[in-house]
Amino acid sequence: MTTRPRFLPHPILSPLLTGLWLLLTNSVSPGQILLGLLLGWVIPLLTLRFWPEAITIRRPFTLIRYIGLLLYDIIIANFTVARLILGNPDRLKPVFIELPLDLTSSLAIGLLTNSITLTPGTVSARLSEDGRYLLVHALNENDPDNLIATIKDRYERPLREIFEQC
Amino acid sequence: MLDFAITVAFGLVVLAIGMCCWRLLLGPSAPDRILALDTLYVNAIALLMLLGIHLGNALFFEAALLIALMGFIGTVALCKYLLRGDIIE
Amino acid sequence: MLEYLLSFLILTGAAFTFIGSLGLLRLKDFYMRLHGPTKATTLGVGSLLIASAIFFSSRDTGISLHEVLITLFLFITAPVSAHLLAKAALHLDLHSRAKTPVKSTQQEKGNRL
Repeated sequence: MTTRPRFLPHPILSPLLTGLWLLLTNSVSPGQILLGLLLGWVIPLLTLRFWPEAITIRRPFTLIRYIGLLLYDIIIANFTVARLILGNPDRLKPVFIELPLDLTSSLAIGLLTNSITLTPGTVSARLSEDGRYLLVHALNENDPDNLIATIKDRYERPLREIFEQC
Repeated sequence: MLDFAITVAFGLVVLAIGMCCWRLLLGPSAPDRILALDTLYVNAIALLMLLGIHLGNALFFEAALLIALMGFIGTVALCKYLLRGDIIE
Repeated sequence: MLEYLLSFLILTGAAFTFIGSLGLLRLKDFYMRLHGPTKATTLGVGSLLIASAIFFSSRDTGISLHEVLITLFLFITAPVSAHLLAKAALHLDLHSRAKTPVKSTQQEKGNRL
């Protein structure tokens, strides 16, 4: 991590920024590509103090599979929540659960929080001060322990494999 | 077919906006109202995109992008105000 | 064929947007209401935006993908605003039908938020 080049501090962020610029201008003319590359190079340099640590992705294929899984789960989640909303609201059993976290890097925790909110009937509510517990609100859950096990196995484990050493 | 779908979709999105406004007026608490505003801006994006398809004008995209950016910042600022009683520290 | 796909996407999108806002109106406490808009509305608007991207790609000379930008942005920001709203509601101690865990409330009492 100490050996990353100084002129290109974020090798992952730079192409992302270029891609975003091309999407924003909605064209792939050479001029826009050049400008995009320039922005992708300059913006990480100027905002270096926001993220001093470079992001490392250990297993790119796991990441791709995780994104696919997430998209599938989001669609399933929407049908679940739609059915719950259209059903009788008095029969729902909302619960708060505490999810113990094994993740340590803030990026991985942030991604996990976002994933939890986007997927079946759960919204992340609060991260404890020491960053070891996440309070999650579930819209309709009869078996909280099962939910914790599902979240840990389905979302936390891949994120741990991608962003942290295990 | 497409015109019919767009008409129905307009109806649904306008009803959705109406329900958001109702929740905005009803409250009962401050986070409820912020949530209503948050949903309102997302619905406004939906309405703008529908209008864009209906009129065949891609310019509505810029407005939708601005609403998305400003709406998010507004929600965050309001939440931060509730949490801290202060926006800029 | 394309027209049917577009109509399908538009109708699904509008239906989900509607259901999300219906949840905002119907459910009983704040934490439950949070679920409707964050999920259903996000996917609803997402599919409307994809419909718009397909529509303008098929119509104009070039392909138009910039709607994907708003979709991405919404998918990233919606959970963040939901998280902040839930945090604000917990801070204000709003009435909830679900019990907040005892351990967490004790833990939070000592904390400065």
